[in-house]
Amino acid sequence: MTDSKYFTTTKKGEIFELKAELNSDKKEKKKEAVKKVIASMTVGKDVSALFPDVVNCMQTDNLELKKLVYLYLMNYAKSQPDMAIMAVNTFVKDCEDPNPLIRALAVRTMGCIRVDKITEYLCEPLRKCLKDEDPYVRKTAAVCVAKLHDINAQLVEDQGFLDTLKDLISDSNPMVVANAVAALSEIAESHPSSNLLDLNPQSINKLLTALNECTEWGQIFILDCLANYTPKDDREAQSICERVTPRLSHANSAVVLSAVKVLMKFMEMLSKDLDYYGTLLKKLAPPLVTLLSAEPELQYVALRNINLIVQKRPEILKHEMKVFFVKYNDPIYVKLEKLDIMIRLASQANIAQVLAELKEYATEVDVDFVRKAVRAIGRCAIKVEQSAERCVSTLLDLIQTKVNYVVQEAIVVIKDIFRKYPNKYESVIATLCENLDSLDEPEARAAMIWIVGEYAERIDNADELLESFLEGFHDESTQVQLQLLTAIVKLFLKKPTETQELVQQVLSLATQDSDNPDLRDRGYIYWRLLSTDPVAAKEVVLAEKPLISEETDLIEPTLLDELICYIGTLASVYHKPPSAFVEGGRGVVHKSLPPRTASSESTESPETAPAGAPPGEQPDVIPAQGDLLGDLLNLDLGPPVSGPPLTTSSVQMGAVDLLGGGLDSLIGDNNFGAPPAAAVPARVGAPIGSGLSDLFDLTSGVGTLSGSYVAPKAVWLPAMKAKGLEISGTFTRQVGSISMDLQLTNKALQVMTDFAIQFNRNSFGLAPAAPLQVHAPLSPNQTVEISLPLNTVGSVMKMEPLNNLQVAVKNNIDVFYFSTLYPLHVLFVEDGKMDRQMFLATWKDIPNENEAQFQIRDCPLNAETASSKLQSSNIFTIAKRNVEGQDMLYQSLKLTNGIWVLAELRIQPGNPSFTDLELSLKCRAPEVSQHVYQAYETILKN
Amino acid sequence: MIHSLFLINCSGDIFLEKHWKSVVSQSVCDYFFEAQEKAADVENVPPVISTPHHYLISIYRDKLFFVSVIQTEVPPLFVIEFLHRVADTFQDYFGECSEAAIKDNVVIVYELLEEMLDNGFPLATESNILKELIKPPTILRSVVNSITGSSNVGDTLPTGQLSNIPWRRAGVKYTNNEAYFDVVEEIDAIIDKSGSTVFAEIQGVIDACIKLSGMPDLSLSFMNPRLLDDVSFHPCIRFKRWESERVLSFIPPDGNFRLISYRVSSQNLVAIPVYVKHSISFKENSSCGRFDITIGPKQNMGKTIEGITVTVHMPKVVLNMNLTPTQGSYTFDPVTKVQPLQIKSTNMGCGENYTTKAPKS
Repeated sequence: MTDSKYFTTTKKGEIFELKAELNSDKKEKKKEAVKKVIASMTVGKDVSALFPDVVNCMQTDNLELKKLVYLYLMNYAKSQPDMAIMAVNTFVKDCEDPNPLIRALAVRTMGCIRVDKITEYLCEPLRKCLKDEDPYVRKTAAVCVAKLHDINAQLVEDQGFLDTLKDLISDSNPMVVANAVAALSEIAESHPSSNLLDLNPQSINKLLTALNECTEWGQIFILDCLANYTPKDDREAQSICERVTPRLSHANSAVVLSAVKVLMKFMEMLSKDLDYYGTLLKKLAPPLVTLLSAEPELQYVALRNINLIVQKRPEILKHEMKVFFVKYNDPIYVKLEKLDIMIRLASQANIAQVLAELKEYATEVDVDFVRKAVRAIGRCAIKVEQSAERCVSTLLDLIQTKVNYVVQEAIVVIKDIFRKYPNKYESVIATLCENLDSLDEPEARAAMIWIVGEYAERIDNADELLESFLEGFHDESTQVQLQLLTAIVKLFLKKPTETQELVQQVLSLATQDSDNPDLRDRGYIYWRLLSTDPVAAKEVVLAEKPLISEETDLIEPTLLDELICYIGTLASVYHKPPSAFVEGGRGVVHKSLPPRTASSESTESPETAPAGAPPGEQPDVIPAQGDLLGDLLNLDLGPPVSGPPLTTSSVQMGAVDLLGGGLDSLIGDNNFGAPPAAAVPARVGAPIGSGLSDLFDLTSGVGTLSGSYVAPKAVWLPAMKAKGLEISGTFTRQVGSISMDLQLTNKALQVMTDFAIQFNRNSFGLAPAAPLQVHAPLSPNQTVEISLPLNTVGSVMKMEPLNNLQVAVKNNIDVFYFSTLYPLHVLFVEDGKMDRQMFLATWKDIPNENEAQFQIRDCPLNAETASSKLQSSNIFTIAKRNVEGQDMLYQSLKLTNGIWVLAELRIQPGNPSFTDLELSLKCRAPEVSQHVYQAYETILKN
Repeated sequence: MIHSLFLINCSGDIFLEKHWKSVVSQSVCDYFFEAQEKAADVENVPPVISTPHHYLISIYRDKLFFVSVIQTEVPPLFVIEFLHRVADTFQDYFGECSEAAIKDNVVIVYELLEEMLDNGFPLATESNILKELIKPPTILRSVVNSITGSSNVGDTLPTGQLSNIPWRRAGVKYTNNEAYFDVVEEIDAIIDKSGSTVFAEIQGVIDACIKLSGMPDLSLSFMNPRLLDDVSFHPCIRFKRWESERVLSFIPPDGNFRLISYRVSSQNLVAIPVYVKHSISFKENSSCGRFDITIGPKQNMGKTIEGITVTVHMPKVVLNMNLTPTQGSYTFDPVTKVQPLQIKSTNMGCGENYTTKAPKS
């Protein structure tokens, strides 16, 4: 009596036979037939042709048959939308059934039928079910709202289901609460701006109460939701932590990890001196260790997360080193992760144990694992200085095993140890040289050649050794060729007499017989250096190298902080922020750890409020704002747009012609910002964030040609942090286009290729307009300058600070992340000149709260130079007037996303003792004021 | 949330698929097969695989792969836990979680999956509730059903579903009220060449089988609860009571369930009941070697040691081996190079030793 009989097929058309059975009069036969249909469906066979016959079986009081038909409907309704309508009546009827099980089943199934016509009929039953007296129906209906939202978001909003769903958060039944939270979280994920989960202390309290009573899965949803909340002070954070801690003892590891996420995040707000902080740290360790005794798949995810946790708070697991020792039957992916964590936890106290373990691992059978273990020994040496000697002797022991790949790995890491502790362990070189012949991997060969070149003076037969490599020069990989070239040059500089022939040989091999431009160029450089100035050559080639450190393989701190907020999610498994990989680029909200705030400070004093000018001061700047300004500009405020443009004599230099251009476009219609020149592709910004949302409008056109101020290049990514790649750069704006001028320097010893760049979403949608083009591979010590054109059509996400830009640069070695601040003035567009009347109207229109005042200190400029300086950076002076010996400049600028900023700049010329400029800024998006002020300051002072 | 589930057997056939949202084509599994090929060994397939449009999270249980497809950011642990729960449920319903059992009961499997997940959200995963909704197949029931025409689908709402104790159903009645507790402890130890313990910990679980009528409220206390380093509880246990009094107080589910699992890791407390000594020697200029392993009981407070199995994982280069055990029986699987030796004797007074002769390559 097993179901496998359903899989057997008859010779005659299977579908034909099923059809006959489905239309049979006998109930039992019908049911058997539906079961056969379902069985075919489970293996992916197409049985959609039977749709009408199966739907006919729906009207039944046999619950099992009904369920089976529903299962069928869910799979195939989409392919037969017209036929699916036939089922609607039964659904609507079932939603009124006295049995809650049937009501819930009907509403659940209806939500799964992704046919537009059916969803219309779904609204009424769903509304009833959301208010059903039975909590089982309510909780099913809550999920159904999420389903419906996925099919037709607009419908859900129009019908007000979202509000009903929000009400369900306060439901008396914890299961309903959990499902409502889950549904809202899912909807919020696709609409990050909707602010659906409006968390406040009251709703948090309800969630915490429900947390104790709902199912394990509900607990996960609630904990993930709690993690998005930012408590207002440390006391609140502590009380939430206290109520979440019991979840650490849950049998479901997903609950445990979600609880760990909440605790790790809120811990950030607790003061380290607090007793509770210490208690919490102690409580976190045991559950994390327990995760490691679960199934291997769970262990893997747990280990990826523990990797983040030990980087953020090493103190939690510092005594638990032993649990990360690998077991013989761990799958390889668990072993590799454990090894990584062992190195992170290695310290002086436990290094002996770690080394003993690593040495055992190095004799394992799995090649990948052995290689990683040998590398790990090297990393320990670099991390824990006291252990370096022991590590080196362990590595030497391993070399004695003569196992080929062990020897090669060992040589690669010994090279790194030499870089970290120069002139300390050179005695081992002799042993290394013995294994020269067994090296067949480029990396190991290159490492060995580097060692020979670097310590040529201590190796008697260095020339012979290098010469032996030279014989097969053309068969070597580029990495080895470059290394060999450098090593022989080093040798020559150290022992010039004996090796002249050798160096000539290698130089001619590199320059004449090689097709590789890198190699050729490096050969020529050495050649010229050696022939023109051997002393300089010595200084260049034998220069002291920077030490390497252990930090190179740590995750960058800002990224780490973000990832801590994503503990337990896919992001934590991949160690990448979700924006870097989540499909479809749906607005992923950037998360950051909450700042530490003590409750005592929360009653803050008014001085701490940024950019808020004391109200009393304001009238001094512009008394009776619009009127006075209007008078002084001799403008008739009456006919604002239809009247002829007024150019007045009181407007002084520079402003006149500019104003002309600006006003011309105003005649006829009052659209500004659409000059004839090539228009930047217009973009409708996705409404994201709160303050900026309504301002993300159409972007601008390009008017005048100008080049704005360019800051000198600054080092963005030091070589220490990027395995030898140094990046410095600056932002420029030229002729209406923004570009990022980069300087890439290879300070590593290997060639870098395959460069690529990517930006994280940012406040103004800056994105590379073209791929990063580095045409030739970047050889060691080589520098290239690249100008990367940017546009502002990338995805938008509000950053903190506003002008923060997170950049990922990839090369053949790794991916590196850094963040930089771009000066806001690169975003000032060329048509940022506002018409005067418009200026007046806008100035009045923007509420006074949005006005921010700043002082630019020590800037002895007069009005002309200031305004011309500013104009070249697209800050346009609209009018100027003189009040009591002070020059007032009225200026406007526009950002690439269409935000207008109006400015009043007060200058006191002829007063050498008073060189401060006063700047007031008005803008509908007051967040930008601070950055506009910084831009003013940079432009004016340079 | 969880989008789809594919069940795949060891030879790479997809023998069941279930979609909770829109249908995802089977071709998505090609990425999984690719990873499987790369991993060489079935146990080494990475649990999280990314594909251009989806993420595949898989578990390997009882020679089957449970591959779930997800599309948005979902906690992977949540998915993995759920998949294990699915496998547990199959085990519970059909006695084994195998391809044959699933194929034999494909309709029940399908109904179960539908009941366990709705739109990717777990709905009912407690075995007690599921059994009320869908009755497990028994020979008697199928006979009765075929005569009376009744079905194995419950038509009333499970009582436990919404109460504060969702794990227990109401109206349980037994004539003999009994409760059984199994304490199972597993010692995990790494012992180095010289025989000294590098690392040792005890993983313990208490599995219960409760057959009590009504709503019993039980408490269980330990002689020395401080020994337990970390505990994971079944949701039925009242956490507050444990925190304050170190007593397990709970209203149990009906039937079999895992009450708590715990860990003891202070090394001095973990006594390993056996000792293992070994020696390996290779003959010069010969491809053969000799491997001796001796196992014997340690001082063990008068308890006898039973049912010892020694498993030796040989490296791949080993071609064959001859074994001479002093006690028990042995097998050697030349494919996986695993050699389990069973020692059936119940009292191990003297040291056992057996010799392996293995050609090196």
